[in-house]
Amino acid sequence: MNILSLFVLVPLLMLLGLWIARNLNQVRGVMVAGSSILLVLAAYLTVSYIGLRNGGATEEMLFTDSITWYAPLHIAYSVGVDGISVVMLLLSAIIVFTGTFASWKLKPLTKEYFMWFTLLSTGVFGFFISTDLFTMFMFYEVALIPMYLLIGVWGSGRKEYSAMKLTLMLMGGSAFLLIGILGIYYGAGAETMNILEIVKHQIPTEIQRIFFPLVFLGFGVLGALFPFHTWSPDGHASAPTAVSMLHAGVLMKLGGYGCFRVAMYLMPTGTAIWGDFFLILTTISVVYGAFSAVVQTDLKYINAYSSVSHCGLVLFALLMATRVSATGAILQMLSHGLMTALFFALIGMIYGRTHTRDIRQLSGLMKIMPFLAVGYVIAGLANLGLPGLSGFIAEMTVFVGSFEHTDIFHRTCTIIATTSIVITAVYILRVVGKILYGTCKNPEHLKLTDATWDERLAVICLIVAVAGLGLAPYWVSNVISNSVEPIISQLIH
Amino acid sequence: MEYTILILALPVLSFLILGLTGMYMKHRVAGLIGTLSLTGVTVLSYLTAFEYFTVPRTAEGVFQTLIPWNFQWLPFNTSLHIDMGILLDPISVMMLVVISTVSLMVHIYSFGYMKGEVGFQRYYAFLSLFSFSMLGLVLATNIFQMYVFWELVGVSSYLLIGFYYTKPEAIAASKKAFIVTRFADLGFLIGILIYGFYMGTFTFTPEQEQLVKCGMMLPLALGLMFIGGAGKSAMFPLHIWLPDAMEGPTPVSALIHAATMVVAGVYLVARMFPLFIGYAPETLHIVAYVGAFTAFYAASVACAQSDIKRVLAFSTISQIGFMMVALGVCTTANPHEGGLGYMAGMFHLFTHAMFKALLFLGAGCIIHAVHSNEMSTMGGLRKYMPITHITFLIACLAIAGIPPFSGFFSKDEILTACFQFSPIMGWIMTIIAGMTAFYMFRLYYGIFWGTENKELHAHHTPHESPLSMTFPLMVLAVITIVCGWILPFGHFVSANGHAYDIHLNVQVAITSIVVALIAIALATWMYARDKQPVAEMLAKRFATLHRAAYKRFYMDEIWLFVTKKIIFRCISTPLAWFDRHVIDQFMNFMAWSTNAAGESAQPLQNGKIQSYTMWFLGGIIVLTVMLLVL
Repeated sequence: MNILSLFVLVPLLMLLGLWIARNLNQVRGVMVAGSSILLVLAAYLTVSYIGLRNGGATEEMLFTDSITWYAPLHIAYSVGVDGISVVMLLLSAIIVFTGTFASWKLKPLTKEYFMWFTLLSTGVFGFFISTDLFTMFMFYEVALIPMYLLIGVWGSGRKEYSAMKLTLMLMGGSAFLLIGILGIYYGAGAETMNILEIVKHQIPTEIQRIFFPLVFLGFGVLGALFPFHTWSPDGHASAPTAVSMLHAGVLMKLGGYGCFRVAMYLMPTGTAIWGDFFLILTTISVVYGAFSAVVQTDLKYINAYSSVSHCGLVLFALLMATRVSATGAILQMLSHGLMTALFFALIGMIYGRTHTRDIRQLSGLMKIMPFLAVGYVIAGLANLGLPGLSGFIAEMTVFVGSFEHTDIFHRTCTIIATTSIVITAVYILRVVGKILYGTCKNPEHLKLTDATWDERLAVICLIVAVAGLGLAPYWVSNVISNSVEPIISQLIH
Repeated sequence: MEYTILILALPVLSFLILGLTGMYMKHRVAGLIGTLSLTGVTVLSYLTAFEYFTVPRTAEGVFQTLIPWNFQWLPFNTSLHIDMGILLDPISVMMLVVISTVSLMVHIYSFGYMKGEVGFQRYYAFLSLFSFSMLGLVLATNIFQMYVFWELVGVSSYLLIGFYYTKPEAIAASKKAFIVTRFADLGFLIGILIYGFYMGTFTFTPEQEQLVKCGMMLPLALGLMFIGGAGKSAMFPLHIWLPDAMEGPTPVSALIHAATMVVAGVYLVARMFPLFIGYAPETLHIVAYVGAFTAFYAASVACAQSDIKRVLAFSTISQIGFMMVALGVCTTANPHEGGLGYMAGMFHLFTHAMFKALLFLGAGCIIHAVHSNEMSTMGGLRKYMPITHITFLIACLAIAGIPPFSGFFSKDEILTACFQFSPIMGWIMTIIAGMTAFYMFRLYYGIFWGTENKELHAHHTPHESPLSMTFPLMVLAVITIVCGWILPFGHFVSANGHAYDIHLNVQVAITSIVVALIAIALATWMYARDKQPVAEMLAKRFATLHRAAYKRFYMDEIWLFVTKKIIFRCISTPLAWFDRHVIDQFMNFMAWSTNAAGESAQPLQNGKIQSYTMWFLGGIIVLTVMLLVL
């Protein structure tokens, strides 16, 4: 059995286990066991992947496998990973693992919640291992739909509205996507849905001109591309903690990954035609998200807009289409996934105690819950790109890569995008100063307690990952850079 | 010299120990761990300096540049990568000595100053973090490593300024410091990107052909880097964060905001000096003009401040301006004389670090004794605090440029270099040096002479600080006295690396001494007595000017306007509104219109066979007509 299939099989077994679980402890047991296995699997996969590469494996994808599924349309269950998918799988496993602990005390309907949560993870893992367009699309949908219920049932605030909005917008994106995928399939005329096969065929320029924007937009909606990002603030604000973590941490990465792997890889001419247009949109995303975050008063809104800015940088870097910038984009996906998950976890924990996310009503939390507050400062520093934490290496790789373009247009976009590092500092320090420092003005908050063991575990795991990536980026960067190479060389020719 | 890695490893270790387990420690244990690691660093730094400077010079007559450690940290492509390593050359070794000495003194001093404070362990953890970052900055082997540590010193400074995080002023000051320097760092970063792209390397020594090829890009890159340096080194108009940074604990001000971090900008210019002088002399002169204006601006503001730490802060800004001027007036005209400014700037950096740290630590003792920063609460303290008094006086004489104290020698070299550049520059700087002497003695008399504040002293008499605090003062005072004439500085550091004998330019020396003495006499006349009629009269006569100077010429208000009004009100608020009310409403409109379309089509499906038949017949008729017509 292919090791990659385990990433789908384990969550399915977890679903089965959850279904027959009789009480809370059994549910938790299944979740912890399952997510730990996934984490170990992802770690093992990473190590063996690096081992194979060092051993001289030169294929574009490793661990490939293919089972025909629906022959008339050449749909197959094809899997395979390169460095990009490996790090994404690792990221997903970390977020699922920590998300489990972040929703340790979630009530009510714990069992049902975890079932949808696990189904969502199945979709995510399946998406990253797929090399078949249709299978990939199917897993994409599997990842999106549980979101509706997770927010609509277990959310807070205007949860039905947010859930509906998020689902509709993302579904709108997938409608584009489906058309785009069919366009690619028929345009290539390759009688296969496998990405690795399609890429060997030349898709006619006219087809690319029409279908590239459809696919890019379809994925771009999930990557919070301006102006299709408005689902993100509402959706995140209403979602329960672990769902926010998974959504911002992993699901939004599906967008960037898809744009790169499907839209840009298969349609290089389309990229050349539309690249500049989308580059402007992403540059706007980067700055616009950052500026909008400055005046928000809800912690989750701040983070959601910050995600718009940071995910905008992912698409920005991809469209810059140099090897370095694309490496930076993947690093940024990884880094953003980890630090946003950390942020949302902490916000959820603070909200669980104070029952408010309004920064005007919070103050002096450093004295009351030092562990969470220090975690929040670290998350903030990672977000504003402090060296030694993950944000720095990602941003620097993006900027150095983007600077390789010598024309005025790309230079201008790059310089505009770099200004976001200042604005980020503004909104992060504003929040830190307001909610953590100072003296606590609300007497009821004085009685609150610091993090419990399950929360500490989740937070520490994420901090270790953020710091690990930030302190020793060499291997990760190398693995990604080598895998980015074939896609980028496709773009240049 | 492989052991130099320990210079970085020790403070990291103590930071981790204190940061992770500090809260379970007793105060004294935590302080000891921090201080011991810094003692180790100091010993190693001295050892490094000794070994480095005793190795014979190379055939060209310069000290070797050693890179005992270097590894690739973050690869970008084949030529560009961020390396982490240790680079030893005369200026980095000199900085090692400065940083470790001042840092150790501050560590010892803090035992007394921070005694009993909540968060004592956290304080020492941050001090370790800062020491590590600052040492990493000066030892950087490439410009990107420097940037990495540059950001780290920025964040350590942020954490230490905000050490009293329940105080609103401290929170605001820490935020301001970080954001203003971040803004400047944007320039630095873009400068690095340009530099990296056109030079094909991040190291300090690009290939010759790249240098020739790049045209105007190198001056541009260096100019942008200087913006970063100007931010850290509080050059006008990016200086606004430094006076506010005084909200941090006083030893922190001594270490970070007087002796080490704020001179990082000067160090940056010195580090890039060969490129500046060889390929961008005009940019270098911009550095000189910015420095000179800052020196003047800060000196005039310092004359009107009443908070002793603010006076010292502006004095620091002014003195850094002197260093920038010194670097900026260098020319290639005459290899040795033209590069005099470089040596002078570095020399002044060294002596300034010592006497300014001494001043701040002395100010700390005073604040400790009277529990206030305001000069009005002081006066007549010389009786109560003899050690502080004497050491403070020594530092004042040094900064005023009176021989044989160290400041005289370094300042004299700077003035000589300025006079060589142009007599106007020379005279301007001489006058600013006079202003320095004036405001320092105004401060000195305000604290130690004049009337005692009886009311305040009634319920508590000021007293001399404990030995842990006075000991660093005495050490630094001794260094301040002797380092000017005992140290053959030019032998170690000079523009072209060759040994250079410092010789006093008698004419310049006499001029500057005379100017300084006049200024001191003026200050004595105005401020040394119990009543200060002249000062009051002048303040009244030039009320607007005095008020403007007191308000720092409204620079903070201008900046506040830019940030609060423009960024917050004019950009962010409208954008956020636009997002919610235009973009989001458009999405809602799409949903609503779909819904509405569905609703309006709904009556068609009413389940009545009659109406379905009607539509059916109608359809047939329409189709028939269309077929017939077409």
